[in-house]
Amino acid sequence: MLKTFQLGGIHPPENKLTADKPIKRLPVPKVVYVPIAQHIGIPSTIIVAVKDSVQIGQVIAKSGGFVSSNIHSPVAGVVTKLDKMVDTSGYKKQCIVIRTDEKNLSNFEEITYPLKTNIELSSEEILQRISDFGIVGLGGATFPSHVKHYINPAKKIDYLIVNGVECEPYLTADHRLMLEKSQEIIIGIKILMSALQLKNAIIGIENNKKDAIALFKNLTLNEPKILVAALAVKYPQGSEKQLVSALLKKEVPKNGLPLDIGVIVHNVGTIFAIYEAVQHQKPLTERVVTVTGKNLKNPSNYWVKIGTPISDLIKDAGGLPDGTRKIINGGPMMGKAIKNTEVPITKGTSGILIIAEEEASRNKVENCIRCSECVFVCPMGLEPHLLMSLAERALFERAFEEDIKTCIECGSCSYVCPSNRPLLDYIRFGKNSIQKLSLSQ
Amino acid sequence: MSSPTIIVSASPHIHSDRTSKRIMYDVIIALIPAFLVSIYVFGIGALIVTSVAIISCILFEYLIQKFLLKSAVTITDGSALITGILLAFNLPSNLPIWMVIVGSLVAIGIAKMSFGGLGFNIFNPALVGRVFLLISFPVQMTSWPTAIENNTTLADAVTGATPLAIIKDGLMAGETMTNLSAKLPSIMELFLGITGGSLGEMSALALLLGGLYLLIRKVITWHIPVTMLGTMAIMTGIFWLINPAAYANPMIHILTGGAIIGAFFMATDLVTSPMTHKGMIIFAVGIGLITVVIRLFGAYPEGVSFAILIMNALVPLINKNFKPRRFGATIYSKIVSK
Amino acid sequence: MTDSILNSVLLMSSLGLIAALVLFVVSKKFYVYENPLISEIDELLPAANCAGCGSPGCRAFAEKLVNTEDISALFCPVGGNAVMQLVADKLGKTVAKKDPTVAVVRCQGSCEVRPKTSEYQGPDSCAISSFIYSGETDCQYGCLGEGDCVKVCLFDAIYMDEKTGLPVVITDNCTSCGMCVSACPRHIIEMRPRNKKDLKIFVGCLNEDKGGIAKKACAFACIGCDKCVEVCEKNAIFMTNNLAYIDPVLCTLCRKCVAVCPTKSIVETNFPVKKEKNYLKKFQNR
Repeated sequence: MLKTFQLGGIHPPENKLTADKPIKRLPVPKVVYVPIAQHIGIPSTIIVAVKDSVQIGQVIAKSGGFVSSNIHSPVAGVVTKLDKMVDTSGYKKQCIVIRTDEKNLSNFEEITYPLKTNIELSSEEILQRISDFGIVGLGGATFPSHVKHYINPAKKIDYLIVNGVECEPYLTADHRLMLEKSQEIIIGIKILMSALQLKNAIIGIENNKKDAIALFKNLTLNEPKILVAALAVKYPQGSEKQLVSALLKKEVPKNGLPLDIGVIVHNVGTIFAIYEAVQHQKPLTERVVTVTGKNLKNPSNYWVKIGTPISDLIKDAGGLPDGTRKIINGGPMMGKAIKNTEVPITKGTSGILIIAEEEASRNKVENCIRCSECVFVCPMGLEPHLLMSLAERALFERAFEEDIKTCIECGSCSYVCPSNRPLLDYIRFGKNSIQKLSLSQ
Repeated sequence: MSSPTIIVSASPHIHSDRTSKRIMYDVIIALIPAFLVSIYVFGIGALIVTSVAIISCILFEYLIQKFLLKSAVTITDGSALITGILLAFNLPSNLPIWMVIVGSLVAIGIAKMSFGGLGFNIFNPALVGRVFLLISFPVQMTSWPTAIENNTTLADAVTGATPLAIIKDGLMAGETMTNLSAKLPSIMELFLGITGGSLGEMSALALLLGGLYLLIRKVITWHIPVTMLGTMAIMTGIFWLINPAAYANPMIHILTGGAIIGAFFMATDLVTSPMTHKGMIIFAVGIGLITVVIRLFGAYPEGVSFAILIMNALVPLINKNFKPRRFGATIYSKIVSK
Repeated sequence: MTDSILNSVLLMSSLGLIAALVLFVVSKKFYVYENPLISEIDELLPAANCAGCGSPGCRAFAEKLVNTEDISALFCPVGGNAVMQLVADKLGKTVAKKDPTVAVVRCQGSCEVRPKTSEYQGPDSCAISSFIYSGETDCQYGCLGEGDCVKVCLFDAIYMDEKTGLPVVITDNCTSCGMCVSACPRHIIEMRPRNKKDLKIFVGCLNEDKGGIAKKACAFACIGCDKCVEVCEKNAIFMTNNLAYIDPVLCTLCRKCVAVCPTKSIVETNFPVKKEKNYLKKFQNR
């Protein structure tokens, strides 16, 4: 029996079309649009002005507070505008527009660093670099990584859990990264372990990535402190809380953090970014993005500069197919639908999914037949049908008592509902309304 | 160059192929074996009662939605069809047609539509219809035609009592179980369904097949049927062990009356059963207990319908008090929060 | 026979007696004093329970009126000055007079002038659609058209025009309770003073984008051209973030700004039709 989490969970069709496609490097875009709100928390403050010329990796926006992060220029070029652009949130947000220098345009092959195994920096220096080089959680939540390490320094951490689950259907960015940068990831894990004085690390990988499991098992043969765990395929295992529960059989307390039970969780992408930042002083200016879709001519994985318009990626993947009805930033379960392709890639973009007519439209909403399927699949042990009706009737206090705030918005309830009810839409509405109410009080 | 407009909606963007319609039609498929058996033993009468119940249920739903509520007509969702079948399965095959129609009106009009239609009813509509008829027309509702293998007649010629009625009447008349068991059909006959009774409730085998199909298709979970039948077996078993002369053995109790159809098709009705596994078990234990109490000590020989309706009324309370276990809500988390 | 009659009579009367006793004891023991004034004030209030005053219902507002020393800050928008005067007389306190107001919809982005560039699928709720994205059109400030304002209105004073897809206020029904104002996630509904003939001039746009972008998204968008600011003699028009705003207090309803606005984003309501047109009409009628 493979390990997995106890409560709820679903198994949507995996559709990992790009699992065996090596990560390609996209040519440097002519213009990049770098939003200043790419992470959870306070947006960064712009420190460049129009007509400034910037170098690759230069800080262009400084961290705006404790829960915030630096943003670096992904290209060498000239700042042409500081303007509002529609970003992945669907709203116009402040962006830094940089035009790439002509001479750098052709030079798009990234310098490949030689593998650097020995860790020279002290614990403080490592943590400082993670903070300085703008590392945020690359699994999709974009929580600034350094905050995870500083939030409660007194708390003893027993485990570093490395999240290589990638439970979202279609996406293969983490999978490919694990296959191609496995040694770097192992060093990244060691860096974090030495910085935080950790004794154990576990890499959790779902069993539909057998090649990655085998590779890591092989690489960690002589590393007794790093464990590789194969997990049964079940959504939403990539969620921090579910992953901890699957690996350690311990549950993060309600409204708590993994830190409360002595665990710190990082995505493999984040670990690789930490490796590059610490060993090669390379800030987070690019990431792996899966561009996929059943009708797409050439679905692939890419190394993409932050700020590249999504249209550039789609063009390289064979262009927008006819009859496209939905473009999703992220995976099909938790990703955000976007209005057009002129939206830049941010630190949190793990994939672009193109959906055609048949699957794009929502089905007609019918009466709830109280089949309780939503209750059975909820990984947080909530009652989505109840939360939806409470939110619909604006009974937010009762919804709060029913733990609406602990919902992780995985979408399992809406996925299984046989009556096609918009459960998550209303739960999200309820959560937001409670947030607003508690702020105004 | 007019590409279709892009759709924007909230996540998730994919949906499972499970639909309400599929669930409803799965239930209908699961009821087919029992229906075939009922035609085999009761002949044309079974077919007539079932088709009248189905047609009138669908018709009443259509009329109410179209003219009374003036809302969208949803008769194609299959729920009225199921109500019709289940109602018919709980009626004797020689019941006058007009009574079947009255039963359907009560089931659809009062038990379902007056609560707001599919998903809002508190009580199982088919059972409300059945109990209404049972209380209003006790004579017609309790004179069952005798089962004849490979029946082709219009079966109102011979009437006989159900096994449970034989036991009840016999015990009231002062006979002992040993004498009575000679009058009863054998366990095997009960299992196959060659016995008197309502349309669809006699053949345990056919109903179990249907129940198994529902379990495989994940329309129902094991919690309600297993707990309910288990409770009944344990309760009747205790009485039987204490005094075998005065009480029938658990096998007879489970195989007769509506126990099996109740456990797999009535109590598990999605709308009127609790929404958590814990709640389902409490619910099923309640049904088992009440059924046994009515059967052994009540005036009616059969109590499944009443038991299910009584527990239906308690479902909101059960839902409120038996919540699923919240993630992270353990004793440990209490210590941490302190 | 007589026995059974006697028995039942005795039984019923003793039951009634016991029940009456229990009721008496309970009502004495758990009696809560309440100022009778509260009920009297409550009767004066419109009983709409709209929460437009800020209290969660008329009864709560009556309590607040009775218990607060200085009630000049409290106001019932539904009852208006008349009701507040009655309340003041009853309580012997003074109330502030307020000019009557009415809700106006500050968006003219109908289906014709503001083309849809995407299709929203989800629950019919502006609140939900607003946190998914900026809406079906390219204007992220205007009406979303899902009708949250209509749903919260208790007075049937607002409805969605099917042709334009925008809400329309029925001025006669509007009590200016403010529910629609707080329900709108885009804040396009504003309370503006209502005069006798219900004449109003306001900017029917909230688009803060630069002129070109705003104009592209909606033909009636305010492009921040400053023409109205220049023409206004009373300095009643302010320009902030590429968006004009007409101060209702300073505005004298001279309608000069309406004429100069190049995008027709300034709205005038209920003004008589211009004279020349009237002549024409009379002429035609003959």
